[in-house]
Amino acid sequence: MPRVSGTKTGRNAELGLLALAMIIVAIYAAIVESNQLDKVTSTFWVPAALLSALFLGLHTVVRFVAPYADPVLIPAVALLNGLGIGFLRRLDIGDALGKKLDPPGIFGGLGGRQLAWTLISLILASVLLVIIRDHKVVSRYAYTLGLAGIVLVMIPAILPASISEINGARLWIRVGPLSLQPGEFAKIALVSFFAYYLVRKREVLSLASRRFLGLDFPRGRDLGPVVTVWLLSLLVLVFEKDLGTALLYFGLFVVTLYVATERASWLIIGLLLFFGGVYVAYLLGAAIGGPFANFYDRASVWLHPFDQENYFREFGSSYQLVQSLLGLGTGGLFGSGPGNGSPRFVPEVQTDFIFAGMGEEIGLFGLSALLVCYLLIVERGLRAALGVRDSFGKLVAGGLAFTLGLQVFVILGGITGLIPLTGQTTPFLSAGGSSLMANWLLIAMLLRISDASRSPVTGGPANQPGPKQPPVQLHGAMTEVIKP
Amino acid sequence: MNAPLRKAGVVIMVLFALLFANLNWVQAYRADKYRNSDWNSRVQVAEYEVPRGTIEADGKALAESKLTDDALKYLRTYPEKQMYAPVIGYKPVNLGEVGIERSEDEFLSGASDKLFADRVSSMFTGDQPGGGNIVLTLKTKAQEVAWKQMTNNERGAEKGSAIALDPRTGAVQAMVSMPSYDPNPLASHTTKSAAAAYDKLIKDKDNPLLNRSVAETYPPGSTFKVIVSAAALRDGMSQNDEIEAGGSYTAPGSGAPIHNAESETCASSQVTLKEALTTSCNTGYAQLGVKLGADKVKKEAQAWGFEQDDLTVGNLDGSGLPVATSRTGAMQNADGSTDQAALAQSSIGQKDVRMTVMEGALMAATVANGGKQMRPYLVQQELNADRRPIYNASPKTLRTPIDGTIANDLKEMMVSVVENGTGRRARIDGFTVGGKTGTAQNGPNANPHAWFVGFAYNDKGEAVSAACVMLENADGSSVSGEAARIAGLIMKAAAGGGGD
Repeated sequence: MPRVSGTKTGRNAELGLLALAMIIVAIYAAIVESNQLDKVTSTFWVPAALLSALFLGLHTVVRFVAPYADPVLIPAVALLNGLGIGFLRRLDIGDALGKKLDPPGIFGGLGGRQLAWTLISLILASVLLVIIRDHKVVSRYAYTLGLAGIVLVMIPAILPASISEINGARLWIRVGPLSLQPGEFAKIALVSFFAYYLVRKREVLSLASRRFLGLDFPRGRDLGPVVTVWLLSLLVLVFEKDLGTALLYFGLFVVTLYVATERASWLIIGLLLFFGGVYVAYLLGAAIGGPFANFYDRASVWLHPFDQENYFREFGSSYQLVQSLLGLGTGGLFGSGPGNGSPRFVPEVQTDFIFAGMGEEIGLFGLSALLVCYLLIVERGLRAALGVRDSFGKLVAGGLAFTLGLQVFVILGGITGLIPLTGQTTPFLSAGGSSLMANWLLIAMLLRISDASRSPVTGGPANQPGPKQPPVQLHGAMTEVIKP
Repeated sequence: MNAPLRKAGVVIMVLFALLFANLNWVQAYRADKYRNSDWNSRVQVAEYEVPRGTIEADGKALAESKLTDDALKYLRTYPEKQMYAPVIGYKPVNLGEVGIERSEDEFLSGASDKLFADRVSSMFTGDQPGGGNIVLTLKTKAQEVAWKQMTNNERGAEKGSAIALDPRTGAVQAMVSMPSYDPNPLASHTTKSAAAAYDKLIKDKDNPLLNRSVAETYPPGSTFKVIVSAAALRDGMSQNDEIEAGGSYTAPGSGAPIHNAESETCASSQVTLKEALTTSCNTGYAQLGVKLGADKVKKEAQAWGFEQDDLTVGNLDGSGLPVATSRTGAMQNADGSTDQAALAQSSIGQKDVRMTVMEGALMAATVANGGKQMRPYLVQQELNADRRPIYNASPKTLRTPIDGTIANDLKEMMVSVVENGTGRRARIDGFTVGGKTGTAQNGPNANPHAWFVGFAYNDKGEAVSAACVMLENADGSSVSGEAARIAGLIMKAAAGGGGD
């Protein structure tokens, strides 16, 4: 591959960081086995080695098709992904010991399945990187993606509850043993659509405004799309019974809108609308129940988890939250050590509550490290947005990175009792294919955009590995001058 | 667009800072609360991961932990069921422990500082340190006789209590409270059925969860005359001095006249103190109390352990079953002067005088031990998991209410009660038995409580046992005789059954 003197690709740094991440994953697996089985088996390193091979594959693809991509993203995500698999395998061993069986093989159980999903996810991410050599290509399919996004969001709400409802939240499509969360993929589609729409509309939205109370407010007719999305997310809230997802979509839209228009008034309007809507839904739930009752119950469970009535409630009890808090508290500062805790006391510990299960064993210090990992990924995504030269790329990268951060906040805030609990997966850690695939696609998009942002601006055509790419600046300028 | 992007970055930083702060709140600030919370199943699983030590007496396990396949590894079982339940109590999964299970919890669970060395050594050997074992002072033969005789008493009493002590040490030889309960369902790992069993017991009107030996007080009736006799002897009287008696006595002031149990009892106007105790002369003791005055009667009772509110019986280092406070009650008028009628009634153990069965046993034990009241205790030994003794009880004197002379006088008087008086049914072959009966009124239409406090010397003149038996609301005639009979059998079993 062509090397540019003076401009570091960071690929070797990426390789080094990846190796470090995989060593941590292998050490984690060894500690788990020594604590659970009282010995380290001769095969403890196999999952870590397999993962290393997979990530090495992705790394190689990136070397060829996105050489300037951010070198921190893959190692940080790989660490989370690997530790997630390690923890799932730890659950498998624990479950097997509980039934006095031998632990399942490397490819069996939750851990094995997650390993397989990782393989598929990395293939998808590689395919995306190979096919989409320039992120701006995506803007051509913006309306298709927008429609697809809305359909993906709405499907579970339209489908009968028997297919779409798990634990009171309708976020799923269940076919036989497989269950998909289409909303996970909707994030990426919707961000791409919003970015395209806002790049086209940004001048109207930011220029035509009235000043009121020192803030610039947009004209009434320009509020249309915001109100539409606001209504959509409240519909999601009511019919899919899921505050987290609603908050996610709405936050995603408001932030891309704010970034596009640079108008703080959008943020204020958005926040007022959202929290106003939430508060009204809470009051309605208290007063009339009906479709709002579930939401009211969740808020009550959040406020008083140790309340007897909330704890022993048949549906939507605070049992999960209480168990999560007890697990986290038991872990304390340093945790009981990987493999030494009792994560199975926490229901859904392999998915939504994986952070609580891990927190019991790795403690506040370990969880803080994981938080830093997430923060790194999000900030690196935002840095890609800052660096990239076209508005569409800025909005997509910014929107995706922010959405990822927001999702982490919503689920981790939920299971630690900071905000009402809602069913979200913990990106890269939770067991489940949809979440892993969607989030790896999200990372692939960030890699693609960060490649564009970090590649040298000037220089001969030799610097551009893809001859089909037009000069970046021009292309970026083109999308910006489109008038409504 | 970079400025808002940077602000979005700041928002993410703030959100993550909130997550981090909240994690600190949950995992650091509140960690101990969550870790040890009653809601936290880990607490129980860890607690049940190692076998809790046994509670035993005479080599017989009264509470032991058995290996199960449950999530909670060891199940606490009580092979003797009701017989020892009020003493041993139980160790439930969710509720609080009771009895010796409670007072010796730290040692039984292995968390006690006394087992620190074992925990350290187990860190090197890799063995799970088990809990320590408790050896009780109880003599199983005495306990069995006491349980059998109490539950099959001839006066139809359904409630009551019996205690036997070694007067020389204070070691409890038997402690029975009836009705009792089976502690096994309460220790069930199925917390719902344990809660249901508890609920049923707590709602039982006979209150089987109450340890009537130590946790409840009753009017002592004529057994209190031992205290009044001691006050008289301390006051300079001798056992052969005569006191005012008669068929009826009405205290100065007001009050209903006091009679004797039988019309022929101490009908003559004067009887000796010894005769008065032997025949349980109410009119004599009422007048004796009035003559001595409320202060002397109250002081005497206090010297014997009345009004002590912090006594426990268990381990001599202080932990154990709390003993309720025995009280002499009010004997004053509103203006502070002595209510002579109340004093007269109190002197025969009625009015507001209330006594625990334990205090009754201590009373007899004090006389038998020459005036020295030994502190009662139940825990003879604490053994570590390998059965190496960690603690051996060394008896302690609780108080010395009377000197040897008075003790000897009281002994002679009480022996006379059993040999010539109301306590004849307490006699046992080969032993010198002394004691005092009591028939305590406790309400206009209720049957009286039957009491007997007493002691037994063997043929070598050693005080081998002191006992107190109380039958609540016993039916029929001469109910205290039934109490005396049971006490005699218990003392006989206690004296013969052990390693004395």
